[in-house]
Amino acid sequence: MLNSQSPLLHVRSLSKQYGPSCSSCARLTGPEQGTNICPECGGVVACWEVSFNLFPGEVLGIVGESGSGKSTILRCLNLDEPPTTGEAFHSGVEKGKTNLFTLSSQRKRLIQSSLLGIVYQSPHLGLNLDFSAGANVAERLLIQNNTPEYRRIRKRTSSLLNKVQMPVKRIDELSGAFSGGMQQRVQLAKALAPRPMLLLLDEPTSGLDVSVQASVLDLIASLQRKTGVSMLVVSHDLGVIRLLTHRTLVMKMGRVVERGLTDQILEDPQHPYTQELVASVL
Amino acid sequence: MGYIAVRGGEEAITNAETLLHYHRMRGKGVTLTTQQILEQLPLAMDRVMSEGALYAPELAAAAFKQAAGDTLEAAFLLRAYRSSVSRIGAGEIVDTERMRVVRRISAAFKDIPEGQILGATPDYTHHLIRFELLTDEAEARDRVTQAFEALTQEGEPIADTFPKVVNMLRAEGLLPQKKPGSAHPYDITLQSFEFPAPRSARLQALARAETGGILALAYANMRGHGHVHPVIGELRLGDVPVYFKSSEGKEADLLGWVRVTECEVITRMEKSKTDSRPQFTLGYGLCFGHNETKAISMAVLDRALMSKDPKSPTEDQEFVLLHTDGIEASGFCLHYKLPHYVTFQTDLEQIRTVRTEKETING
Amino acid sequence: MAERLQALLGQKGNCRHYTFAYLDESAKREIRRRTLKAVAIPGHQIPFASREIPIARGWGTGGLQLTMSLIGPEDVLKVIDQGCDGSVNAVNLRRLATLTTGCRTTTRTSDATLIQTRHRIPETPLTRGQIIIFQVPYPEILRFVEPRETVTRRMHAEGAYHRMWTFLYENVVQWGRITIGFRYPVMVHGRYLMDPSPIPRWDIPKLDQSPALMLFGAGREKRIYAVPPFTKVEPLAFKDIPFEVEHQAGARCSRCGAADVFLDEIPDEESGRIRWVCSDTDYCDQRLAARGESHRA
Repeated sequence: MLNSQSPLLHVRSLSKQYGPSCSSCARLTGPEQGTNICPECGGVVACWEVSFNLFPGEVLGIVGESGSGKSTILRCLNLDEPPTTGEAFHSGVEKGKTNLFTLSSQRKRLIQSSLLGIVYQSPHLGLNLDFSAGANVAERLLIQNNTPEYRRIRKRTSSLLNKVQMPVKRIDELSGAFSGGMQQRVQLAKALAPRPMLLLLDEPTSGLDVSVQASVLDLIASLQRKTGVSMLVVSHDLGVIRLLTHRTLVMKMGRVVERGLTDQILEDPQHPYTQELVASVL
Repeated sequence: MGYIAVRGGEEAITNAETLLHYHRMRGKGVTLTTQQILEQLPLAMDRVMSEGALYAPELAAAAFKQAAGDTLEAAFLLRAYRSSVSRIGAGEIVDTERMRVVRRISAAFKDIPEGQILGATPDYTHHLIRFELLTDEAEARDRVTQAFEALTQEGEPIADTFPKVVNMLRAEGLLPQKKPGSAHPYDITLQSFEFPAPRSARLQALARAETGGILALAYANMRGHGHVHPVIGELRLGDVPVYFKSSEGKEADLLGWVRVTECEVITRMEKSKTDSRPQFTLGYGLCFGHNETKAISMAVLDRALMSKDPKSPTEDQEFVLLHTDGIEASGFCLHYKLPHYVTFQTDLEQIRTVRTEKETING
Repeated sequence: MAERLQALLGQKGNCRHYTFAYLDESAKREIRRRTLKAVAIPGHQIPFASREIPIARGWGTGGLQLTMSLIGPEDVLKVIDQGCDGSVNAVNLRRLATLTTGCRTTTRTSDATLIQTRHRIPETPLTRGQIIIFQVPYPEILRFVEPRETVTRRMHAEGAYHRMWTFLYENVVQWGRITIGFRYPVMVHGRYLMDPSPIPRWDIPKLDQSPALMLFGAGREKRIYAVPPFTKVEPLAFKDIPFEVEHQAGARCSRCGAADVFLDEIPDEESGRIRWVCSDTDYCDQRLAARGESHRA
C-alpha cells in the first residue's frame, strides 16, 4: 500500500526470539501451529517478521491477546531491548536512512529522550515512584540539557502536568502515592515532555478502573488531536483500538494476521481470528 | 583554648597506645604465650587466619595476643603484614580429595563410603558451662591426655583419604561434571573487583570474608530472602598438602600441610545447560582452619550468587561481596569516629539558612 | 615522657625491616601507572588493587597509598585533617610516613611538595609543582542516586547525568535551594562528573584551574582519580541559581581575625557563646606570625 507521503516510522521484518533457537523455529510456531514455543528447541518466538509503516499524525493500533508479540514490538521500538533480526527507520534520524537498531547505546538514549515517548502499562516501569510527579517529568527535560534553568523547567513541568489534568498542588507529591489513573497521566506528561515525534502506548489503560479508563483515553485522544503526534497503541481491548486508532494490525502468536483501516477491520473482519476477536466484544 | 598543637596530638596518641598495651599487660595472672594460644584457643586462630587471608599460625597467635582477643583487629594485623611481603608465585591447585581427614560428615545420605566420622565436635554435647574450668586444670590435663593416648593405641587407624560423596552424584549425572578452571584464577588482591565477577573472584572474596557477615546473609537467604535450600553433601575438615613449583619443568615441592574446612552443598534441581534432563547444582565453601559456620555460609552464598535474576540482596553480587570483608567494613564503620566537624559545619550552615530564609526561588 | 614509654614498648624502629614507604615496589608501580591513567582522563575513576596497610580502611588508606607511591627522599610532606596538622589521625598518618621514609615533614603549606588532606583544601594558594592528595570515602558521586556500581559505571560512560540533575531539582523543589554542603558534584573538563571528596562548598572554587596536581585516592573503594593542573572544574548549578559558598554569618577568626577563610565554630564553655577559628591551622599561624605575635601551645 503505497502512500505519497513518506512514513515517519518504517519497520521491516522485526523478529524477536528468547532462549534457544533452531532452524525449525519459524516453521513450527505461529497462528496455524497455535504456539509461540518451538517444539524442537523450546525457544520462544515472541514475534516474527513484522513489517509496517506509520505515517506522521497517524495513530496505528496493534491488537492481540497476550503472547501475540505486540508488547515485544513496542519494547524493541523504544530501543529498550534489541530485536533478534529486523530493521527500523525513523524519518527524524538521518532522514530515515539508518537502521535504529544498529546505533550505539548512547545515540539510542538520545533518540529515546527526544524523538520517542512511551507510556507503559505498569507505572513502575515508566516512573521513578520515589520521585515527585514533577521530578519525573523534569527528568526527561534534563536528559539533554547541560545548562538547565530551574524556573523554566518548573514552568514547563507544571504546564505539562496541567495539560494532563493534574491539580497544581499535587505536582510535588511522590508518584508512588498517586492512584493508577493519576500515574498514567504523569507517564503521559513525561512522555510528551520533549515534544517527541512518536508516542508508544503499551496497554495504557489496562488495569485501571473502567470509569477511570474512559477519562484517560479521552485525554490521550484529545492530546493526539491537539499536538498531531504520531502514536503506536498496543492493546488487547478493541474498544481502545476503536477509540484511538486510524489503522490497525491484528497479531496472533507473533505474526500479523490482518491489517487495514480500523473501521473496516472492526466492521468486516476477514481473518477467522479477527472475526473471533470482534465477535467476543459484546 | 581552641588550638590543637601538633605536639599535643602526637603525645595524645602515643599515650593512648601505651595505655592500650599497659591494660593488656598489667594483670597478675601468668603471661599468655603464643604457644598456649595456639594449643588452647585454636579456633580463634583459625578465624584470624581465615579473615586475615594468611595461613601463619604463629603470627596469628601473636596478632591475637596483641589485639587482646579482638579477632577482627588480629585479622587486620595479618592482612597488613601480608601486604608487606613479596609474592613469589601461586601454588599448585590443592586437591581436597587428598585431604587427611579428621572429621567428615554428610547430611545427604545416612551412610557413606568410609563412614560418617564425627571427629572432635561440640555438635552433640550439651552446651553447658563446665565450672571446673574456673580453676586451673593442669592436673586434669595430664590425667586426661595420658589416659586418652593410652586408649588410642588400641584403635584402628582411619583411611588416609576419603572419596567425595558428591562424586557419586556426578557419576550418576545428577551433578554437572567438574570443569577445569582457568590457569590463572582471578586474584582480587592484585586486580580490583568488577561486576559481574567471575566465580573464582567470588569464591576468593567469600573465603576472606568475615564470618558473622556472611553468616547473616546466608541465614537471610535460608530463611526466605533467597531460594537456596541447602543439603550438605559433605563437610570435611583436615589437612591438605600444598605444592609449589619453583620453576617451569621442575617437580613441584611439598611446602607443607594446611588445615581447611570444606563444604559442598547440594541445591534444588534446575534445567541443565549440558543435559536435557535436570541436575542439582553445587555450592562450594572452603576456608582456612576449622570454621564450619563460615564454610557452610560460603557454600550457600556461592550458590545464591549464581542466580541470573537476583530477587533478594543475598543473591546480588555487589551487595554480598562488597559488604562482607571484615577489615573494610569495620574500618569504615569505625572511621565515623574521626573528626567530621568541617562537613558538619557545612550541614549546620545549610540547615540554618533554610530555617531562616524568608523567600526562596519557589516563592 | 612519651619517648620513655615508647622505648619501654620497644616501638622504635618497628618499621625498619619494611621497604621504603612500606609498600613493595610492584605495588607502587601499579599505583603510579593507575595514577598516570587517571591524570590522562580527568575526573574519571580508575580501579586499582588497593593494598592493606597498617592504617584501617576508611582512615586514609587510599590517600596514603598515593602518597607512598609518589614520595621520594627529597619530598616534604604535609598531612592535614579538617585543615588541621595536629589532628590525631593526621599525626598518625604522618608518623607512618616518616617511620618508613625518613622524609621531612612540615606544617607550612608553602613549603610542602606533597600535601595529604582529609576534607579541606588549604587556604594558602597552591603553586605549580605541588601535589595535593585527597582522602576519599566515596569516589562515586552518583551514589546519591544509584546504589549499583554496574549502573553508575554506565552512566559515566554515556555521560548520562540527568538523574543527578533531577536529584538537584527535587532538592530545590523541597528546600528552595540546593542543600548539599560537602561532596558537591562537579563537572571536570566538561566530561566527567566527579566527587570532590567531602570538602566544603568553600573549597570548590579552588579546584578550578589550580596550578597544582590534584589526586584523589579511595583505598577501601579501590579507586583513583585526578584533576591535572589548569583543568576546568565547575560545580553543577542551575543557570538561575548560582553556586554559593558558605557565608558563616560574616564571622571572624577569634585568634587571627581572618574573615575570608573557612571557620570552625566552637562553643565557648565560659561565655556560652560561639567562637570561630580558622579551620586551616597553618594559615592561622602564618597570619599571626606576620602580625608578629607568638603562639606557643
